[in-house]
Amino acid sequence: MGLRFTYHNKRISGILTVLPQREIPFEEEMGNYNFSPAKSMKLKLAMGFNKHRIVEDGTNVSDLAVFGINYLLDNQLINKEDISALILVTQSPEHFLPATSNIIQGKAGLGTDMLCMDINQGCAGFIIGLMQAYLLLDQQDIKKVLLINADILSRKVSNRDRNSHPLTGDAACLTIVERSETPETIHAVVNMDGRGAYTIQIPAGGFKIPCTPETSEMKEDENGNFRSLENLVMKGDEVFNFVQTKVPPMIEELLETAGKTADEIDYYFFHQPNKFMLNKLADKLGVHREKMPSNIVENFGNASGATIPTAVSFNLGDAALTNSYEVCFSGFGIGLTWAAIVQKLEKMKFNQIIYY
Amino acid sequence: MKQQIIEILTELRPEFDFSQDVDFIEAGMLDSFDVIMLVNTLDEKLGISIDGIDVIPENFSSVEKIEILLNKNGVK
Repeated sequence: MGLRFTYHNKRISGILTVLPQREIPFEEEMGNYNFSPAKSMKLKLAMGFNKHRIVEDGTNVSDLAVFGINYLLDNQLINKEDISALILVTQSPEHFLPATSNIIQGKAGLGTDMLCMDINQGCAGFIIGLMQAYLLLDQQDIKKVLLINADILSRKVSNRDRNSHPLTGDAACLTIVERSETPETIHAVVNMDGRGAYTIQIPAGGFKIPCTPETSEMKEDENGNFRSLENLVMKGDEVFNFVQTKVPPMIEELLETAGKTADEIDYYFFHQPNKFMLNKLADKLGVHREKMPSNIVENFGNASGATIPTAVSFNLGDAALTNSYEVCFSGFGIGLTWAAIVQKLEKMKFNQIIYY
Repeated sequence: MKQQIIEILTELRPEFDFSQDVDFIEAGMLDSFDVIMLVNTLDEKLGISIDGIDVIPENFSSVEKIEILLNKNGVK
């Protein structure tokens, strides 16, 4: 069923979602794609094409992250000295080196007695980042972990790619992970299959295929999408089939391991690739669609590893400050990676969205 | 049921004749986005939920293939 992990006495104490101010409605970009207007409007309903938030040119991951950290500091929601580790999960690094987590640490003026690390993960990035945070908290000197899931992949998606562009969003989510007084056990599972590593990729720009004038040439694919080798490309059919095949049995087995029935879970906060895929997962798992929110793509766009915490902020908001919930998180995609966590989401200190 | 399937397909892509004996996918009459819209329409009109693992182009390449899929989902 995958590689299993258990953690004890750990909790998420706050989530802050930072979204760009810039919001673009689907209708404004419909002309870029080779759909008829009638078909576009049908897809709007099925896939959740509606509007998305993307950064202005020149805005980077560290800008969103530091804006969020400063908000938390200014509002006394965190103390600098409590942050012992900063984990940044991103596939939009600012440079090959240094690590973007170090840039964020420096710009935010955080202490030096701390650990910074970048993790290169995409759609499952919230799960992988949380697992790392929980592991770190087993160390006595670690007080709190600041997990940041941030991506600005709109800059790498061709605006004439009808498969990916209407669904893409940018965001940064700051999650505070710390020890809990309650004896709750957290169950996690992770799977990876590098044989599918090129199912979702940006071919050029690394050491293997450096950027050249040739790699920036836009070419048309068989479906009428225009991309260059420097753009993100995804084999959508293969991704859909992979998710529908791998995710439901993983969730069922994880629930069994955790000793929970599907009904005992209050919310299934899954990665948000599109509405259709999530509805099919909910139906397969026999879960009411209301328990598996699928409204992030239509409101903000898919910002890779940031979609799960965004879904928590958007759908629970202040209710999460006074209530606790049994939740199942699951991320799946780039890698290929599929992973999930079942845990109690204890009352949080903050859970909100702000705009950069 | 065949006639109902043809009607739904024609509503989706009125420019094509779905009564002809061709592979709808190979002939370019349905692309992956059409398949998604078709699944949504079939789910809604027939009160079913086609399993996600069955949402592959091969299962939508002819009226007969769609009929087999619907039978699998209890539609007679």
